[in-house]
Amino acid sequence: MKRPVRFAVFLVAGLALAAALAFFVSPRASGEPDGLDRVAIDEGFAETEADHALADTPTAGYGVEGVDDERLSTGLAGVIGVALTFAVAGGLMLVVRRAGGRSSGEPERPTVPG
Amino acid sequence: MHIPDGFIDGGVSAGAAVVAAGGLGASLKRAGQVLDERRVPLAGLAAAFIFAVQMLNFPVASGTSGHLLGGALAAILLGPSVGAVCVSVVLLVQALLFADGGLSALGLNVLNMALVTAFGGYLAFVALRRVLPARVGSVVVASGVAAGLSVVLSSVAFTAEYAIGGAGGASVGTVVGAMVGVHVLIGIGEGIITGLVVGAVLASRPDLVVGARDFHLGPASSPAALRAEVTS
Repeated sequence: MKRPVRFAVFLVAGLALAAALAFFVSPRASGEPDGLDRVAIDEGFAETEADHALADTPTAGYGVEGVDDERLSTGLAGVIGVALTFAVAGGLMLVVRRAGGRSSGEPERPTVPG
Repeated sequence: MHIPDGFIDGGVSAGAAVVAAGGLGASLKRAGQVLDERRVPLAGLAAAFIFAVQMLNFPVASGTSGHLLGGALAAILLGPSVGAVCVSVVLLVQALLFADGGLSALGLNVLNMALVTAFGGYLAFVALRRVLPARVGSVVVASGVAAGLSVVLSSVAFTAEYAIGGAGGASVGTVVGAMVGVHVLIGIGEGIITGLVVGAVLASRPDLVVGARDFHLGPASSPAALRAEVTS
């Protein structure tokens, strides 16, 4: 029988993977328009896009203002995003859990598919 | 897939924001009831992971890329309510910190990319699990196919919004065809990534996959043979 990995190990490994993907891989991602942008260009409604209200903020467009190396700038923005997303999602879930859920006890068994 | 400001008019954007707020509110309430406190960090992890993978645009056709949406993935791992919350947080961070996805379009994006993918993807997943054999491998297959379908559903949701309040006067018929066509390709990528991630979690911590709970709820609810397939 294979022993499952410990919860803390799973969590830290998962976060490390997310941070590594954001830092090392995202600067090499395709820069082509995504599916919606491509359709907007081809079907002629791309020019209806308005400027983003936060387009001049320091991390707009997945970069860090002042970091000239483009790959480093993208990678750093990615790591910032990973950290912030983890904190906000985890924090929000903790709040709704404590507000609405039972504070302790056995976990609810969700509807089993199949 | 992030809708910028301007593509969809103010009325439809506002309507979508109301629907999204209602759906997200209900998801938050439900998420607070189903997510055991010890597993709260997993919601953070799922959101952080989806944020990272959403940055990894892959080429799908000449001059076009796609990226993971992640709603189906989060829903299969954590249940649709928690999953919808996770992706909504990703979208909020992207819009506010990285100027990706218009502020007026936030409701549209939450609706299309979090709620439609998490709940639509999970429904598809459950339906597939019902028709596939009760094996762990079926969870991976159902995850991949459901995730792919969720992307197509999301593109259809955009097209519906464009049909009601789209700018630029493009023909709805051609927008439908173009959106579904390119998102079938992106959906294949979504399906592969989702299948790989669900498979990896099943291999390391099968108990953390809500969509495979029938395999590890204990002898009363699942045959020992099926559990053994997960743990051995």
